[in-house]
Amino acid sequence: MPRLNAATRHRVAFTLNGKPVSLEAEPRLLATDALRHGLGATGTHVGCEHGVCGACTIQIDGQPARACLTLAVQLEGAAVTTVEGLAPERDRLSVMQAAFRRHHALQCGFCTAGILVSLDAYLREQPAPSEQELREVLSGHLCRCTGYTPIIRAALEAAACLRGEPLSQPSDREPAHV
Amino acid sequence: MKPAAFDYIRAGDLSEALDVLGRHGSDARIIAGGQSLLPMLNMRLAKPAVLIDIMGIAGLERVGREGDLIVVPAGVRQAALMKRPGLAGEQPLLAAALPWLGHYQTRARGTICGSAAHADPSAEIPLCLVALDGEVRLRSRRRRRSVSAADFFSGMMVTDKADDELIEAVAFPVAMTGTGYAFREVARRHGDFAIVGCAAVVTRDAVHLAVAGVADRPQRRSFPPLAGSALTDALNGFAWELDARDDFHATARLRRDLVRSLGQSTIGEAQRCLA
Ligand code: FES
Ligand code: FES
Repeated sequence: MPRLNAATRHRVAFTLNGKPVSLEAEPRLLATDALRHGLGATGTHVGCEHGVCGACTIQIDGQPARACLTLAVQLEGAAVTTVEGLAPERDRLSVMQAAFRRHHALQCGFCTAGILVSLDAYLREQPAPSEQELREVLSGHLCRCTGYTPIIRAALEAAACLRGEPLSQPSDREPAHV
Repeated sequence: MKPAAFDYIRAGDLSEALDVLGRHGSDARIIAGGQSLLPMLNMRLAKPAVLIDIMGIAGLERVGREGDLIVVPAGVRQAALMKRPGLAGEQPLLAAALPWLGHYQTRARGTICGSAAHADPSAEIPLCLVALDGEVRLRSRRRRRSVSAADFFSGMMVTDKADDELIEAVAFPVAMTGTGYAFREVARRHGDFAIVGCAAVVTRDAVHLAVAGVADRPQRRSFPPLAGSALTDALNGFAWELDARDDFHATARLRRDLVRSLGQSTIGEAQRCLA
């Protein structure tokens, strides 16, 4: 039974966006700080540090997770995806990222990393989400800039695009308010 | 907001976890999904010396059936129970309540038993356990015991669990024929802590209503099938008995109002399921 002593640092190894990484972590180190300070992966943002804002959302083995509610030592052996892992290659945006840009679904960008990572996980589970379903997924994220409407629009369009449906003419249709 | 220092132990099996828990007692905390515990650690409302991670223990992640009980062991994540095929037929109250339990992002990690252990007065799992008259199965090195939900939740984030015990599983009774179930909740944002949550279990000759978010723990009352002003009076009496308090999120008066109105609509919905 491995016991990791509070006062010492322990090697934690996992894959980050497909690449093996490791760092030295005290048991109390949060995954947010492990990523940002330990590995320099600052794409994952930190807002509230108690699970409310969603800015720190990452994927652990393909499932969404609050990095601020995860200990670095809990990442041992896991496959971690962060916003840095969403674009298919350097200088090319993912379908969702491109839709965010088209629809102005971000302003300051503080919330964006977490939202993109959430939506990426959710669309794998539900490729044809309703607007209501997307709103429920977004209820796990706080955005103080956009009012969410452009985020919903971008997500619906990106989902359609990922299903192989032709891009409808950029519509002015406001999603119905629920 | 960073946790205070602790030793971290990855338990290989349940007896290891129970040994450590037995040795450290109140200095140790079990961590499963961590979605209730980590906020407590980050805010230093909890400062355990030892954390025992049980998520590596094989066999704790499988939901089972024992006769008329759905048995949910300590490793079952909330999202996993939500995706259980046929859950809406097996126990419609659970299927209705689970989407309200935190957010998509926290349900993927948080466990059902962890939510019971945390015993937040506004939480959905304690409410469903109390509404359905479910049970909490506790285990220590010394013994195993099963406690009814009504006895388990004993106050504001206080339970009947002893320091050397962990929740091995919780059990929810399956839906009975001739019974209607409904769940409703009001929160500031979908997935936030409920201001008031209601769970109704209705048969031809009785109405059971459980309410979360008002008293220090979920409370259940049973009435004969009332209607009109008799029902309004009964709900009003229940609302006052719950001894609502003002807090940052809602006034006591709003909470009483919600017990009356949400209580009535939840009961109505359960009755329509019955018809
Ligand atoms: S920083 Fe993790 S949810 Fe806000
Ligand atoms: S874009 Fe600024 S918080 Fe969402």
